[in-house]
Amino acid sequence: MTDNTVTAVPFMVVDGELCKGCQLCIGVCPKHVIAISEKLNASSYHPAYYTGSDCTGCGLCFYACPEPGAIRVVKP
Amino acid sequence: MKVFEKSPSFYQVFERKSGPAKEATHYCPGCGHGNIHKMIAEALEDLEVTERTVFVSPVGCSVFGYYYFDCGNFQAAHGRAPAVATGVKRANPGAIVISYQGDGDLAAIGTAETIHAANRGESICVFFVNNAIYGMTGGQMAPTTLIGQRSTTSPLGRIAETHGNPIRMAELLATLPAPTYIERVAMGDSKQIMKARKAIRKALEIQKEGKGYCFVEILSSCPTGWKMDPVTSRDWLMAEMTKVFPLGVFKDESGNRDEGQWDRHFEGFAPDKVNAYLDRLKSALGDSEALSLPRDLHCKFAGFGGQGILTLGLFLSQIGMRAGHQVSWFPAYGPEMRGGTANCSVNISAERIGSPLVDHPNVLVVMNQPSLDAFEASVLDGGTIIVDTTIVEGRPDAKRLNAVLIPASAIADEVGTPKVANVVVLGALVAATGAFPPEFCEATLRAVIKKQSLVDMNMAAFRRGYDHVKNGG
Repeated sequence: MTDNTVTAVPFMVVDGELCKGCQLCIGVCPKHVIAISEKLNASSYHPAYYTGSDCTGCGLCFYACPEPGAIRVVKP
Repeated sequence: MKVFEKSPSFYQVFERKSGPAKEATHYCPGCGHGNIHKMIAEALEDLEVTERTVFVSPVGCSVFGYYYFDCGNFQAAHGRAPAVATGVKRANPGAIVISYQGDGDLAAIGTAETIHAANRGESICVFFVNNAIYGMTGGQMAPTTLIGQRSTTSPLGRIAETHGNPIRMAELLATLPAPTYIERVAMGDSKQIMKARKAIRKALEIQKEGKGYCFVEILSSCPTGWKMDPVTSRDWLMAEMTKVFPLGVFKDESGNRDEGQWDRHFEGFAPDKVNAYLDRLKSALGDSEALSLPRDLHCKFAGFGGQGILTLGLFLSQIGMRAGHQVSWFPAYGPEMRGGTANCSVNISAERIGSPLVDHPNVLVVMNQPSLDAFEASVLDGGTIIVDTTIVEGRPDAKRLNAVLIPASAIADEVGTPKVANVVVLGALVAATGAFPPEFCEATLRAVIKKQSLVDMNMAAFRRGYDHVKNGG
């Protein structure tokens, strides 16, 4: 288990290299805790990222995301 | 603890993908295929069926399904996925078979396969990804394109009077009695997405229980083809597409069908049954020992339609079969009954024959000039080439090949009709190859030629051809 899960707080994490910046996760997030990075990734997209708090672990962003491996959500 | 993450039903790395992100799909940003892949992969894992799943990919953007799903995979010809899925399911009744198709594939090119697989109630899951456009080929109008929607082939928008109306496949298939479950869902907001996830899972459960055919239509975005950003695409899908393609369950018989009711076990598909049947056929032809075969024959016969090319092949096949050998006969011809070109391939072997095709014959018969031009080079070195010199002007390379020149049509004409030129050639072939005793061939011809009035003429034709070669032509 990672340190994050030990703290028993739900969180989501975006793999910034796999994200294609479609922003579909941002619209479905009920807590508005996902944002778009200013930086470009190696594939030339602005990837999404977790702003760092208030994720409830609902998983809606996971299903809205078209990439199999770009989003991971953990709900302890 | 609940973790939402990449399903183990996916490959870890997507080998096909170029560029830096080898674990990303090749789909455009915002494309619905990825979401739908994820839901299928998740359901396969949760239902513990990944190991026995066969995923049939279509032609379209999802053609590379086999680079993503770590299960059995097939890639079908355009529109034929339900036909391939039918074969896979019937040959492997325990498999979970998925026919994954787009709207151009399913509703245009594969309309027939789609309707008939549903009508037969094949125990497969069809996942129909409807994005109202031909995506892979560059955004052309599809059967599902909305009225007024612009595409590269409807630049002014689709017009019902000239292009027809968008076709509603779920409603259409729901009129059939056989399907078990038909639902339309959408990759819209979270509520719709979670409903889609449920529908995909339910379809796979129904198949796992052997309850029959399932069809899930999934409205999906094509931001690139629609020329919209992903978020606008999703909004347009929800606002416009769902008006034309209403969401909902159109048929659900899953509660009324018994488990295993739609499993189909075709005993006849078992190889030993097929072989037993073939053995029965063989013994019906006589139980005598097989004649010896000096060497396997791989023949190609080619000429104009109407020259009896295909019949020549059938005659030789009959001879081979009655001599106790394995035989295949494979015709190829144009739509014309007379004229046009025709050829057929015949294999005669002591061993079982894997493929009926003959790419490199050791016996070639040419009964017109184009056939000589087309096929001479394909004959194996030292092979036999038989040329009807009445018709063919060119001559084969007699150094490389055993060239048998015979004015077959002229000889046939002398016998009574040019129509028996093919049997003159047959006589020549038997003499040149030494494959069968001539008396045995004549007995076979007597048995298979139905019109008794023609038997004598064919006997004469065969003997003339045989003697022509034996006497040194």
